[in-house]
Amino acid sequence: MFKRTLLLSAVSVVAMVSFAHAETLTIATVNNGDMVRMQKLADDFTKKNPDIKLEWVTLEENILRQRVTTDIATKGGQYDVMTIGTYEVPIWAKQGWLLPLDGLGADYDKADLLPSISDAVSVDGKLYASPFYGESAMVMYRKDLAEKAGVTIPEKPTWDQIADAARKMTDKSTETYGICLRGKAGWGENMALLTATANSFGARWFDEKWAPQFDQPEWKKALTFYVDLMKEAGPAGASSNGFNENLALFQTGKCGIWIDATVAASFVTNPKESKVADKVGYALFPTGGVENYGNWLWAWNLGIPAGTKKAEAAQKFVSWATDKAYTELVASKEGWANVPPGTRTSLYANPEYQKAAPFAKITLDAMTAANTSKPTVKPVPYTGGQFVAIPEFQGIGTAVGQQFSAALAGSVTVDQALQSAQALTTREMTKGGYIK
Amino acid sequence: MARAVTTRRKLVFTILGWSIGFLIFFPILWTFLTSFKTEGAAVATPPQFLLFDWTLENYHEVQSRSDYGKHVMNSIVISVGSTLLGLVLAIPAAWAMAFSPTKRTKDILMWMLSTKMMPSVGVLVPLYLIFRDWGLLDSRLGLVAVLTMINLPIIVWMLYTYFKEIPGEILEAARMDGASLMKEIVYVLTPMAIPGIASTMLLNIILAWNEAFWTLNLTAANAAPLTAFIASYSSPEGLFWAKLSAASTMAIAPILIMGWFSQKQLVRGLTLGAVK
Repeated sequence: MFKRTLLLSAVSVVAMVSFAHAETLTIATVNNGDMVRMQKLADDFTKKNPDIKLEWVTLEENILRQRVTTDIATKGGQYDVMTIGTYEVPIWAKQGWLLPLDGLGADYDKADLLPSISDAVSVDGKLYASPFYGESAMVMYRKDLAEKAGVTIPEKPTWDQIADAARKMTDKSTETYGICLRGKAGWGENMALLTATANSFGARWFDEKWAPQFDQPEWKKALTFYVDLMKEAGPAGASSNGFNENLALFQTGKCGIWIDATVAASFVTNPKESKVADKVGYALFPTGGVENYGNWLWAWNLGIPAGTKKAEAAQKFVSWATDKAYTELVASKEGWANVPPGTRTSLYANPEYQKAAPFAKITLDAMTAANTSKPTVKPVPYTGGQFVAIPEFQGIGTAVGQQFSAALAGSVTVDQALQSAQALTTREMTKGGYIK
Repeated sequence: MARAVTTRRKLVFTILGWSIGFLIFFPILWTFLTSFKTEGAAVATPPQFLLFDWTLENYHEVQSRSDYGKHVMNSIVISVGSTLLGLVLAIPAAWAMAFSPTKRTKDILMWMLSTKMMPSVGVLVPLYLIFRDWGLLDSRLGLVAVLTMINLPIIVWMLYTYFKEIPGEILEAARMDGASLMKEIVYVLTPMAIPGIASTMLLNIILAWNEAFWTLNLTAANAAPLTAFIASYSSPEGLFWAKLSAASTMAIAPILIMGWFSQKQLVRGLTLGAVK
């Protein structure tokens, strides 16, 4: 009896010790191709770190944003690593919600990060999230349709050149539309494109005193241009099209030009999914009279919430998923074309990547051209690019986006949409204490 | 005099009934069909109805990426658990309101229902903090408690309506025979209200199964039910309809099968008292 008790106690002590050693990291992430791939390859991490277990929570982007915001704001401690966008990083870091990443290890080459991306995820020179993949925006067009229509799209096109080409490429009898642009309302949907477009026309969201600028001629010019062009050369029902809808249209050969996130290039050139894989040409985001390429810059990053009790293990994971060795791991298992793009300078210098990804150079040019600390030519009190990095922007951006989507659908005029946008933004900014 | 039902009339109504039924069922059928398409075929214009290359690839992908069994188990525990707990609380409450009403009973019923009128997100942060402090975040127990509270007004209201149909004299007779209050509820009232209780139960299991606000916001990895399983297949960048459809089909299959087998009970319960 005594022996059995002793044995049982010994077993339970051993069990408790081993239990105490195994740490479980809970990782919240979005369901994008690169993230799913990371999940599949995570065995490599757990093999190297047998004392760390990984639990994945994959959610749709908006649900994820709501979910992790609730958790981090209440210090709920549900997650040890979170996938967050460049919009959240500066706001959350200033709130003290994120841990600075200072223990990423010797192999993590910080100097190799693309400067524009590194800036976007740093506050006061400290890295608060590690970029996993990054993107800017660019023009993707059908070379065959351009040739047929007798137009050429230069590497640095103007909006007028794009409009001219789009009109000539349109052939409504075969349901071929010259241009596909986002129209679905949302701060991360149509407002990403329209803010970048407005930047390229010299417009700004706010002046130095946070007064909204929708009553200025630049916004009117940008929005009128967009609505007119889409009416003439865009697909029917464009006001409900977002990234995925346009992706589907472009892949099935219905669009001449599509201007959207650079990450789209890897989808439209994938012969398994795309009918036009070998016919795609690229150009920088168009300009509208000022030296500005829209300043679209986005990255999905891995951050560590301040509420975690497993900061050390979490940093180990973040380092594994975002260092150069991970890139090589993906390349060896899935090929260079599937490597997460847009974060490291070394990737774009790699000849094998250049060969596998014909869009590498233009992606790098687009990302280098983006400057989040100076989104538009006129002086502004905010940072950002295709968004304004203030907490109120999610709400305001979506409300303005609804007005602009309505203008595209034709239920309000451009002037009415701009007036409503001006009024609602003024109201919200006054409420937020920006306008005294 | 009853009007003669002609064969033609019958035919028209049959066709109409089936058409409406098909129309309502169509989204589910479309989800089911889409789950066998490739991502490209899922977004093809014009839409492809039956003539596409059928593939099981999506189911394979979903199986390999998520732990379906765990999510199903969580959904079962949460929906059945919250419904049973709700019934235990609601049967005595509905008894009191139906058979021993006071002048405030109507107000209390209205007040209970009014808690359903507040948007859930309004209490998200307070509830989240309570859950955090009590260690209930990402636990099945916590979700059972929340869903019980959320569905309790509906359970009480439904049971109250059914209990009102039962003549109070029968309960009085039981009391005359010396039955205690407990015995009266358990041995007399409950057996008579079985159809009503069963349909309340089924409806609440379905409501709890489909609840997608609290189950998404209060869970992470351990207690996440099928709603979280579905939510993990939508993507902002990249096509996902076929995979999402496969995940949705797998998520609704258990409840659809349950609904199919219990539809008689469900319909009888729901229309009880409607036609006398």
